[in-house]
Amino acid sequence: MAATSRLLFLLAQWRRALGLLAGVLASGSARAVELPEDRADVMYHYYDGAGTKASGPAVLVRKSLADKVSLSGSYYLDMVSNASIDVVTTASPYKENRHEETLGLDYVYRDAAITVSASNSSEPDYTAKSTGIDVSQEIFGGMTTVSLGYTRAWDKVGQKGVGFFDNAKHWRYRLGATQVLTPRIMLSGNFEAVSDDGFLGSPYRVARVFGAAVPERVPRTRTSRALMLRAIGDLGSRDSLRAEYRYFWDTWDIHASTLEFGYSRYFAGDQWLGDAYLRYYTQSNALFYSDNALAETTYITRNRQLSTFKSYGLGTRVAYSWKRVPGKYEIKLNGALERARFNFSDFTDVRDGSKYSYDQTIVQVFVSATF
Amino acid sequence: MNVPRVTARRPAAPRLAVVLVLAILLAGCNIQPWVKPYERERLADPVMKFSRDALSDKHFEHAREVREGARGATGVQGGGCGCN
Repeated sequence: MAATSRLLFLLAQWRRALGLLAGVLASGSARAVELPEDRADVMYHYYDGAGTKASGPAVLVRKSLADKVSLSGSYYLDMVSNASIDVVTTASPYKENRHEETLGLDYVYRDAAITVSASNSSEPDYTAKSTGIDVSQEIFGGMTTVSLGYTRAWDKVGQKGVGFFDNAKHWRYRLGATQVLTPRIMLSGNFEAVSDDGFLGSPYRVARVFGAAVPERVPRTRTSRALMLRAIGDLGSRDSLRAEYRYFWDTWDIHASTLEFGYSRYFAGDQWLGDAYLRYYTQSNALFYSDNALAETTYITRNRQLSTFKSYGLGTRVAYSWKRVPGKYEIKLNGALERARFNFSDFTDVRDGSKYSYDQTIVQVFVSATF
Repeated sequence: MNVPRVTARRPAAPRLAVVLVLAILLAGCNIQPWVKPYERERLADPVMKFSRDALSDKHFEHAREVREGARGATGVQGGGCGCN
């Protein structure tokens, strides 16, 4: 009798333990990380600066399937008309289109999110394909999110009248962390290393050696690293302030710093959301950059993207909540405008001998719907 | 003949760094999440997001990456482009 009651007691204990285990497993498989919201964006974008104009439509659609994965697809068209200083002083202005398609898939499991993506970009003399994977994991009670990412890309480089003649490969490695510091402050740190191998210059661009134009020659490899730190803080009246700093360095001896400050706030209840930001960028030139080289060297370029320059930008964004049915959908009308000034220290405007500088304007108008 | 012995002194900075890292790691064992989920309402507001519109960010990122020497670590996936 005693043995039977002891057996029943043990069985009851086991049932209780199994029940607890089942409960723990059930709660463990509950998702803490949410899938991205279903949304659709239709945008018109415009760029005007340094003799180059680029504009066109862009579309992004994101939809979850069976609440397990979220699929996204985007299309982007750049209609470029280029009459930049490089082009007008050494070649003829041209027009061309660049098409880009991307596909992505997001999957969340417990506290982790996984994104795989692929993209294809094509223009008459350049094609680029890439695939990437990003994994993020919430830890420390959801206060910290760590992320890892990798992208591999393959480019084909061509020239009008010649066809595709070379290629370039790229590897990008990302590491990041976002930290909730207080109920009002968040910090984030991102590191990215990029390696390139292949034809990394332009078949059209020329350098100057003793005042004479020669085809540019740039190394076939490059590795760069960038570290970005960001902080955003809630100011208490449904507004926020953010600060960002990025330091960049590479094997071509370019060192660059980017500093950005932004302020965001709601207007008229929460129907309008406005942002304003200031951006400062400065970089030193690549080792083999020269405005007009006075010696023959293995590598030589006069690509002003690799020269010493500073840029100052001022931007604003506004979002207007046009239609909203809470819990069902929201349609927003958005606009963004950025003006920036570029001042070059060692790139001469060969038309008048002055140091080159220009202003650029970026405009975006888009409708976004979340549902 | 006495040859002066050159003894390489280990710099103090790396040892100090190791001690500091160990101290931080050990201290980390006792740290509990100090911002509870119910205290994160403000952080969930759209004004507190580093990035709100992926398509818009991608366009800005692209415009910058083809004109500046620097690239990466922005959290935005840019598209490949020759942009001669």
